[in-house]
Amino acid sequence: MTRDGVPLSVRLSQRGLDGVTLLALPAVLFVLALFVYPFLYGLVVSFQPKAGDVFANYATFFGDPFLYSTIGKTLWLAIPVTLLNVALSVPVALRVRLMRRQRLLTTILVIPITLGTVLVAQGMLNYLGPRGWLNRFLLEFGLSSNPVRLIHNYWGVFLSLVVTGFPFTFLLTLSYVTGIDPSLEQAGAMLGARARQRFNEILLPLLVPGLIITFCLSFVQAFSVFPSAVLLGAPAGDTRVISIAAYTAAFEDYDYSMASAIAMIMAFTQVVIVAALLGLQSLVYRGPAGGGKG
Amino acid sequence: MRAGKSAITRPLGERLWATAVWAIVGFFVLNLLALIATVVVSSFGTRWLGTWLPAGYTTRWYASAWEEFQLPDVLLTTLEVVGAVVALSGLLGVPAAYAMARREFPGKSAVMLLFLLPLLVPPITFGIPLATVLYRVGAAGDITGVILANLVPTVPFVILIMVPFIQQIDPRVEAAARVFGAGTFRMFVHVLLPLLAPGILAALLLVLVRTIAMFELTFLTSGPTSQTLVVALYYAVFAAGVRAGQSIDAMAVIYMVTTLIWLLIALRFVNPTQIVTRGKRAAG
Repeated sequence: MTRDGVPLSVRLSQRGLDGVTLLALPAVLFVLALFVYPFLYGLVVSFQPKAGDVFANYATFFGDPFLYSTIGKTLWLAIPVTLLNVALSVPVALRVRLMRRQRLLTTILVIPITLGTVLVAQGMLNYLGPRGWLNRFLLEFGLSSNPVRLIHNYWGVFLSLVVTGFPFTFLLTLSYVTGIDPSLEQAGAMLGARARQRFNEILLPLLVPGLIITFCLSFVQAFSVFPSAVLLGAPAGDTRVISIAAYTAAFEDYDYSMASAIAMIMAFTQVVIVAALLGLQSLVYRGPAGGGKG
Repeated sequence: MRAGKSAITRPLGERLWATAVWAIVGFFVLNLLALIATVVVSSFGTRWLGTWLPAGYTTRWYASAWEEFQLPDVLLTTLEVVGAVVALSGLLGVPAAYAMARREFPGKSAVMLLFLLPLLVPPITFGIPLATVLYRVGAAGDITGVILANLVPTVPFVILIMVPFIQQIDPRVEAAARVFGAGTFRMFVHVLLPLLAPGILAALLLVLVRTIAMFELTFLTSGPTSQTLVVALYYAVFAAGVRAGQSIDAMAVIYMVTTLIWLLIALRFVNPTQIVTRGKRAAG
């Protein structure tokens, strides 16, 4: 219409493209260069194996039980841990939201997230080891006749994922729980609903979408467990998780093509599970959880 | 009849439930603190075999850790990496956040997704292809590669924290500055920067804490001379048995103190939940 007489810069700025928009450009280029490009590069490289045809890496992975079993082992760790963390987080978050001094608890819980898995692993090697405080306590009070073996096996990694994963899951859940307008629950209470009914009928339906997101984020973290699986687990046995397989291929065998293939399989597995869960989310209520407050 | 019965049982049931919940929290926190305490006690202990506490106390493990693990070099590298990551993620992230907060443009949601992905995909998943690319172009193995890799999640992190923060600043303040003749640069320095300072400070402190503790990306891209504290700690724990356990614990305590000091400073400016929820609160 009036297109012809109007300079290009004006037309662009009408669509929201001007000098200010260009400020986003460096960050966009950065993420494209160092996140998107490496991913696509890895995908391409994974189809250029050292030997064999295009799919040789994938054929090797799914043909070798030592390699393909890592998917199952990782899931066998990640899914129970995430379920436990989410299941514990919900009642605790519902309780903590009523507290006035939440900050002390949230501060304590943020410590293991901040310290990271390597430090937690070193602490657990001391604490849960055969001569650690926990086993000492169990033996001293006759709760067990022999030291309980909690490190260098499945349970070591499991517990470390609880120590770092539970605070993460809890803080996410807490942010969803505090987003629910308390007057909704009060209305239920006034109409005679008991605590259990209020939870089942009011809180849970409002929480489910948030819990699914929480589950996804926690699952993805647990699925990519690496340092604690090496330090606290049995990296050649029960806890040979998929990230160990990818790391070994890249930095011990120097087969970047194979390592990329494993990284792609890892990403694909995560995407499949997250997509399945998000698909589930579309089946449940997704309306606002508060009276006009986003 | 029923009402009378429930009036008695309900508070009891709820009270039992509340006790159970607090017991779980207490158990978790107790074990967590014991886990940390065990490292601290061990790092100061002389000989600790089969007793509740060590036979005596000493600080010599710190001296030996300082020597054995080349901690001066490691701390210097950590400082350089963290400093560069904080500065660069601020420089790249804040302007981008400003654009994302103030402009509607075609493809904006795609750009937002682009910024979300590096935070949602775990570091080890994208770290391996990223390290491959960095090794190919010759950037990995030294400090450049470590800094570049660490920036991948921190730049989007700064953007996601800053966008809601910028949105809540009234655009009329900027318009007023323009009316009075301020150019973009002067408006930015004299008007926006003071208003944004608390948000930038919070975002950068969180980046700092995250970068000190970022294991995977540093681990995958660092060489022998570019290890940060957390990676050096990993190698020490991994090769445990070669050196005395207590000097590893001493190093762990040095790492812990470094991280926790910054965490405490950060927590003066941010809510603990923000470390996990990425500024969601600031929008509410």
